[in-house]
Amino acid sequence: MSSIGTGYDLSASQFSPDGRVFQVEYAAKAVENSGTVIGLRGKDGVVFAVEKLVTSKLYEPGANKRIFHVDEHVGMAVSGLISDARQIVETARTEASNYRSQYGIPVPLKYLNERVSMYMHAYTLYSAVRPYGCAAIMGSWSEHDGPQMFMLEPSGVSFSYFGCAVGKAKQAAKTEIEKLKLADIPVKDLVKEAARIIYLVHDELKDKQFELELSWVSKDTKGRHQLVPKEIASEAENQAKQALADIEDSDEGDM
Amino acid sequence: MAFMGDTLSPAPLWHNGPTPGAFYNFPANSSNLGPASRPLQDFRAHSASPITTTTSVIAVKFDKGCVIAADTLGSYGSLARFRDCPRVMKVNDLIMLGSGGDYADFQYLRDIIEQKIIDEQCLGDGLNLKPRSLHCWLTRVLYNKRSKMDPLWNNYVVAGIQDGEPFLGAVDKLGTAYEDAAIATGLGAYMATPLIRDATEKGPLDEESAKALVRKCMEVLFYRDARSFPRYQLGVVTAAGVTIDDTVELKHDWSLAHMIKMK
Repeated sequence: MSSIGTGYDLSASQFSPDGRVFQVEYAAKAVENSGTVIGLRGKDGVVFAVEKLVTSKLYEPGANKRIFHVDEHVGMAVSGLISDARQIVETARTEASNYRSQYGIPVPLKYLNERVSMYMHAYTLYSAVRPYGCAAIMGSWSEHDGPQMFMLEPSGVSFSYFGCAVGKAKQAAKTEIEKLKLADIPVKDLVKEAARIIYLVHDELKDKQFELELSWVSKDTKGRHQLVPKEIASEAENQAKQALADIEDSDEGDM
Repeated sequence: MAFMGDTLSPAPLWHNGPTPGAFYNFPANSSNLGPASRPLQDFRAHSASPITTTTSVIAVKFDKGCVIAADTLGSYGSLARFRDCPRVMKVNDLIMLGSGGDYADFQYLRDIIEQKIIDEQCLGDGLNLKPRSLHCWLTRVLYNKRSKMDPLWNNYVVAGIQDGEPFLGAVDKLGTAYEDAAIATGLGAYMATPLIRDATEKGPLDEESAKALVRKCMEVLFYRDARSFPRYQLGVVTAAGVTIDDTVELKHDWSLAHMIKMK
């Protein structure tokens, strides 16, 4: 790594001579070591899927969740350091609540995104703090705006996406997402695609155990962010496993 | 231009004007209406009486749940000022809340309760607020406010399902609380409670008879309560959930009115 030993990576408030901020790049590395998180924005809503790596068998099932409710209508899926991410979730909740108490309506995702990403960005400016080692994907659906999805990165940049992926296998996941005609697919089908992609990009050799987390916010849920109901989630998961097994079978057939 | 002073000895700012924060009092017109003429301690006097008010709330338990009704009038003194002030709210799938009294105070507390519910959903542990807890919480909030000599000027009625059983409780602006099978606040306490007692003494109510009873009470109150209104909300909570109907208009018939002679 070109940054090591140059002394330009000791602070988030100092540029390197070629115009980079190494602390921010390290934060992005922290995210790349985490389980894959994808967000898909379909015809009538947004679906989140998380490959939550289980690092010890001693954890209870469902511990250390990575999908959060921010407000009734906003969901957030996070990748990276979980403790950093929880603080971002808390900030987002506070902002959503403030907006509600001031304007009396649920916060439009566009504005929530602006506030949370400015907060994350502020942590890339000072030598006394380190940037957040996490990325967050936020999604919502409303009658007026339709489905909306934003991804925030440790640098404080954020964009609106049709489909996005962060974490370990983001490249592979992005390639899969690009094959989908996202704007035409309803969420009930997207859930299956999301589960399939997570199972597909999971690297069984490096990380043995993982839990699949699925949530959605759509027209069908009346714009509320919800975890995908158990039956639908397990159906999607089974189909994903089946799809993976089919691929492996055909691979063996080729040999 | 001596009165403007110069850079070395500037004239005082706002010379001869009212003191900051006060209204100007013309000589020989000693108005005591301005805020400055009141001692500072009296600031609470503004909130110690209701402004835009709503009238009775009627609530009855039946075998499988509770029903609440309240009209949608916001009165400004005796002026029937606002015609669409909904005051029966869904708190969650098992709790309904009705309010009478100052409408602004209700709106204030409603926003707080709505945020409480959102915070609870954010926790994502699948647990939900129960009616008895909300009732108790309301007593604390209202008692605390009245102890600061700044009460929230409301009567609250909490209806819901607690552990499968119907729950009905009331809290007033002092934090006084009670549970009962039938609750009527405001003028309804005097005019609707006897009607409800009569009906409930004849045996347990089912949903339809409870609704009919409450509708009858709303009608009687509309005839007698000068701060009431023919348009009202009716909400039902059972184990299946909360349903609050769209505002309905009660049928009223004043053809008898000319026969009533006041002597």
